[in-house]
Amino acid sequence: MTAPGYTPDEIMTVTAARQLRDGAVCFVGIGLPSAACNLARVTHAPHLVLIYESGTVGTRPKVLPLSIGDAELAETATAVVPLPEIFAHYLQRGRVDVGFLGAAQIDRYGNLNSTVIGEYARPTVRLPGAGGAPEIATYAREVLVVMKQTPRSFVPRLDFLTSVGYLTGSGARAASGSPGAGPRAVITDLGVLRPHPETQELELAALYPGVSVDAARAATGWSLRVAGHLETLPAPDPAALEALRDLEARTRAAHGRPIRINLRR
Amino acid sequence: MPLLPLNEAIATHVNDGDSVALEGFTHLIPFAAGHEIIRLKRRNLHLIRMTPDLIYDQLIGMGCATRLTFSWGGNPGVGSLHRLRDAVERQWPQPLTLGEFSHAELALAYQAGASGMSCGLMPQHADTDLARVPGASLRTVRCPFTGRLLTAVPAINPDVTILHAQQIDAEGNVLIRGIVGAAREAALAAQRVLVTVEEQVERLTADMSAVVLPSWLITAASIVPGGAYPSYAQGYYPRDNRFYLAWDEIARDRRSFTAWMERHVLGVPDHAALLRALGVAA
Repeated sequence: MTAPGYTPDEIMTVTAARQLRDGAVCFVGIGLPSAACNLARVTHAPHLVLIYESGTVGTRPKVLPLSIGDAELAETATAVVPLPEIFAHYLQRGRVDVGFLGAAQIDRYGNLNSTVIGEYARPTVRLPGAGGAPEIATYAREVLVVMKQTPRSFVPRLDFLTSVGYLTGSGARAASGSPGAGPRAVITDLGVLRPHPETQELELAALYPGVSVDAARAATGWSLRVAGHLETLPAPDPAALEALRDLEARTRAAHGRPIRINLRR
Repeated sequence: MPLLPLNEAIATHVNDGDSVALEGFTHLIPFAAGHEIIRLKRRNLHLIRMTPDLIYDQLIGMGCATRLTFSWGGNPGVGSLHRLRDAVERQWPQPLTLGEFSHAELALAYQAGASGMSCGLMPQHADTDLARVPGASLRTVRCPFTGRLLTAVPAINPDVTILHAQQIDAEGNVLIRGIVGAAREAALAAQRVLVTVEEQVERLTADMSAVVLPSWLITAASIVPGGAYPSYAQGYYPRDNRFYLAWDEIARDRRSFTAWMERHVLGVPDHAALLRALGVAA
């Protein structure tokens, strides 16, 4: 097999970016979600409104931030608001269209764990924890999840439920009163999973070029169902790929710059 | 509001066993004040912070804390806080009791504390496992008007909140600009408020609605240029993302962590000396 001219991370980020429509208000997690949202903004969705949980609203960073609170986000924002306001007045009040999340574990109903691997009291791996994810997962009108697909991360049973997806499926989420619709798509390094319209179980809906159903099944810890219509996605658009590489090169240069502080004022 | 040297402000106002919130959401994290707590070898602290960040990794690894209340405990954009993980996973250097919230809950807890309320309220939806962990402190109440179920988050009132800010004026009023996080709420919730600032100016040139903490709310202030490094102070210096990346290696191992802390924190008299030793300041 010849090398496809892009990496699994790149096609995942480009595919995730394509899920965002121009003009949407998007609450962004750090890492892959941040890369995908900014790629969308510099390509097909120039009016995408990006909100980071640091309270930066309508931010247009020229380089990808390392943290959710880099100065770049504040300097390029429409508004910088206090944290109680971003969570209560924007997210909880229902003013966010899309929440964009990653996690350490996901189950077949799109529920997420970012708290611990193992027992809570004696964890094998203590993960960073909830952050903004539980409320993003609850209140955003819809959620996109982006994570690499492995049997360790796509698990039959979460070690800890940090953020709700469809709970036990078949309408359980709506019955619990969660205002948002839940995960619309899970974008991985192999393809895209979407919820079944009735059971809400995540199904394999699309694959990248050269990836087989068997490979996707082998990377999933539950017996992955395949949607009635399985799509094969095209290779990433060269312009999008170039925009992503530009963004990443600018980011590496910016993060490598030494800091100087003047102690005499 | 007295202006004190930082070591005197911390020695006077931070005691063993206190609940202490060093706030600042990614921005304006009071590193210099945290290092002074380490130099003064304060013990049995209950540390409170939305994002523990490297400063609490350092305080925890140096044995200052027995409790941590937090909502996201990672190295932002990099990965784990290895000293926090070591304390939780292997009780090194001592056991650490966790009080764990989401960002929205902890911001609300500060806001309740700042308002003199015993709790803050938010809508209740599906329970997550966070509501079931040992020591979980959320409760469910019913709205007396609508009958709707609400989640009650207990107020947080730290003994001491410590902030870093850009400026203090001649009267002792303090200006914060840029990402403000829950700094104002954490300060107003506390019994005592300590502030470090980049510089003193005659008058603050602040917008009318900028975040200014009036001098009479502040217990003591110290002038510490670079006091947020390796975090940042908008308008003064950027976040040292290279240091955050480098910390991943330094803190991964107990020995390299301890050696770094002994050399760069315990082995220097103050923050200016630390910045010079790291080659960040001339």
